[in-house]
Amino acid sequence: MTTFRIKRFNPEKQPDPYWEEIDYDIPDGATLLDCLNDIKWTMDGTLSYRMSCRSAICGSCGMKANGHALLACQRQAEHLIKEGTDSITIEPMGNMPVVKDLVVDMEPFWDKVNQVKPFLKEEGERPEKERRQSPAEFKLIDDASTCIMCGCCYSDCNTLEVDKNFLGPAALAKAQRFVQDSRDTATNERIRELSESGGIWDCTHCAECVERCPKPAKPMDRIKEMMGVAIEEGVTNNNGARHALSFVKSVKHSGRVNENTLPLESMGYFNVKGLMELVPVGLRMLLKGKIPPIIHKNIDDVEDVRRIFRELGE
Amino acid sequence: MKFALFTGCVAKGATRELMMSTIKVAEGLDIEFVEMKSAACCGAGVIQEKNPLLTDAVNARSFAIAEEQNLDLVTICSTCQGNLKKSEQKIECNEEYKDKINHVLKDGGHQFEGGRIQIQHFANILLTDEAKKRLKEKVVRPLTGLKTAAFYGCYILRPSEFSPFDKPDDPTELEEIFEICGATPVDYESRTKCCGFPIIMMNKKASLDMAGNALADAVDSGADVIVTGCPLCHLNLDSYQPEAEALRKRDATIPILHLPQLVGLALGYSPRELGMDSHIVTPSVLEKIIGPAPAGSSHH
Ligand code: SF4
Ligand code: SF4
Ligand code: FES
Repeated sequence: MTTFRIKRFNPEKQPDPYWEEIDYDIPDGATLLDCLNDIKWTMDGTLSYRMSCRSAICGSCGMKANGHALLACQRQAEHLIKEGTDSITIEPMGNMPVVKDLVVDMEPFWDKVNQVKPFLKEEGERPEKERRQSPAEFKLIDDASTCIMCGCCYSDCNTLEVDKNFLGPAALAKAQRFVQDSRDTATNERIRELSESGGIWDCTHCAECVERCPKPAKPMDRIKEMMGVAIEEGVTNNNGARHALSFVKSVKHSGRVNENTLPLESMGYFNVKGLMELVPVGLRMLLKGKIPPIIHKNIDDVEDVRRIFRELGE
Repeated sequence: MKFALFTGCVAKGATRELMMSTIKVAEGLDIEFVEMKSAACCGAGVIQEKNPLLTDAVNARSFAIAEEQNLDLVTICSTCQGNLKKSEQKIECNEEYKDKINHVLKDGGHQFEGGRIQIQHFANILLTDEAKKRLKEKVVRPLTGLKTAAFYGCYILRPSEFSPFDKPDDPTELEEIFEICGATPVDYESRTKCCGFPIIMMNKKASLDMAGNALADAVDSGADVIVTGCPLCHLNLDSYQPEAEALRKRDATIPILHLPQLVGLALGYSPRELGMDSHIVTPSVLEKIIGPAPAGSSHH
């Protein structure tokens, strides 16, 4: 017997969500969704959740099990029993308002996907047949194209938990699919918009999206690719790009990051407000003797590292 | 027990107390560390933003250096750990890529063979049978009653395919070490979350909200102290703690220790020997709990 601890909520009937415990015998090989279906159909018809394909294709059945988002139809329930217990905790996905039980309002998710203009922008006359891509060109957008819009990444994204302005992983993965599409002609315009507040540089690299994504879309990897495009396109007038450039420069110079110049160069030497923000933490660290040595020491054999940088085009 | 120590940049810079305490613990447990003085920065996921091949080549050079010494590589930073492991796996599963990288390394006299050395975090080393045995024997100051909250750091857990831990979604490694040291682990939701440090320069408010929420969560769960295996987490949780709103609202502070500092305390070293006087948040609460070091226990 396994205890399914399910977070229930019907805003028309209760002021707050509550936990319900249902004891259920998991049939051999049953997915979490199979179990929920059985519970709904034979024990409690009021339990609400979304589902359709039952085979990890439609992206409807996103929910949290033991605190992490997943597709209920993609995981065997038995594998989800928390070690040392005989229970599974099931909740609605995070970062979105709950409509009822395990159903969330995905409006914010879709809004952001729309914000990245998820359609091809082309110039010139349409060719008579299709616009062709080489296998190498397609490979660049292949992973992002596998997204099934399930919201699992959005649910567990650490930046979104504190900043609802952030576009979030799925929308950014979708953006990469157009930024790096050989047929799209708005790369620079797109990457400019994506470099603004709420865009690529606000990702905190928690990799929750990579971990939760049921497909190869892996948004954080796509975000990193777009950071590369931003730098290539010269869209560098922001703290994120300046940080990356300063980081690479100091490792090339000494083999190590220079923690004294990195914050200053990230803010930009002419950004007085940004530089002032660094003063309190700088002072605190200075008083405790935590400021790294002003004379930045090179690693041994730094010449070899510099040579590798040069050889690889830096 | 002998390892190649990959110090990372931060343990040589803003958190030199991490280096100090690592050396103390190694001494105390008779672990020999050969510092990799010619190893370059792991890239911290940032060099990758500009040039992924470059990150992997520089990291392959570090692996080659450890291979040349025939020593497993040990990190003391969750971020180094995750990034090194990612490069290693990427290179290991692609012969063509490996050849390309070795071609670049050749002129420097290095070649990365692969499959010969392990890349592990200090926490993994402390949990080997031999180190565990030594640690159990050498705890002279059990940290009884010290409610200790683990803060893992993202890179050592996610993506899980690169994690050196058994169950990255619900890890137990740090807590196991706390228990050996006599401390009481505290469970709280934020222990596997991001500290916010990667975006402190890009979105300070979001960054410090992440730090503040985690700190408040630990305090609300009754923790006396937070222990992390990542010096970058330490920077956001300690150096920026006075600016973390969510914690300020609770009118609380909580000291943040590096993993080797906690272990060092249990081994009988003084907070000063472990560099704890350089923390922004004074770990005074600790002294109340652990008391002065018992006479005769100091190794020096
Ligand atoms: S890696 Fe970035 S986009 Fe992905 S979940 Fe974390 S903060 Fe969000
Ligand atoms: S990127 Fe992955 S997790 Fe996010 S919506 Fe798409 S398929 Fe789901
Ligand atoms: S029901 Fe379609 S993805 Fe789970």
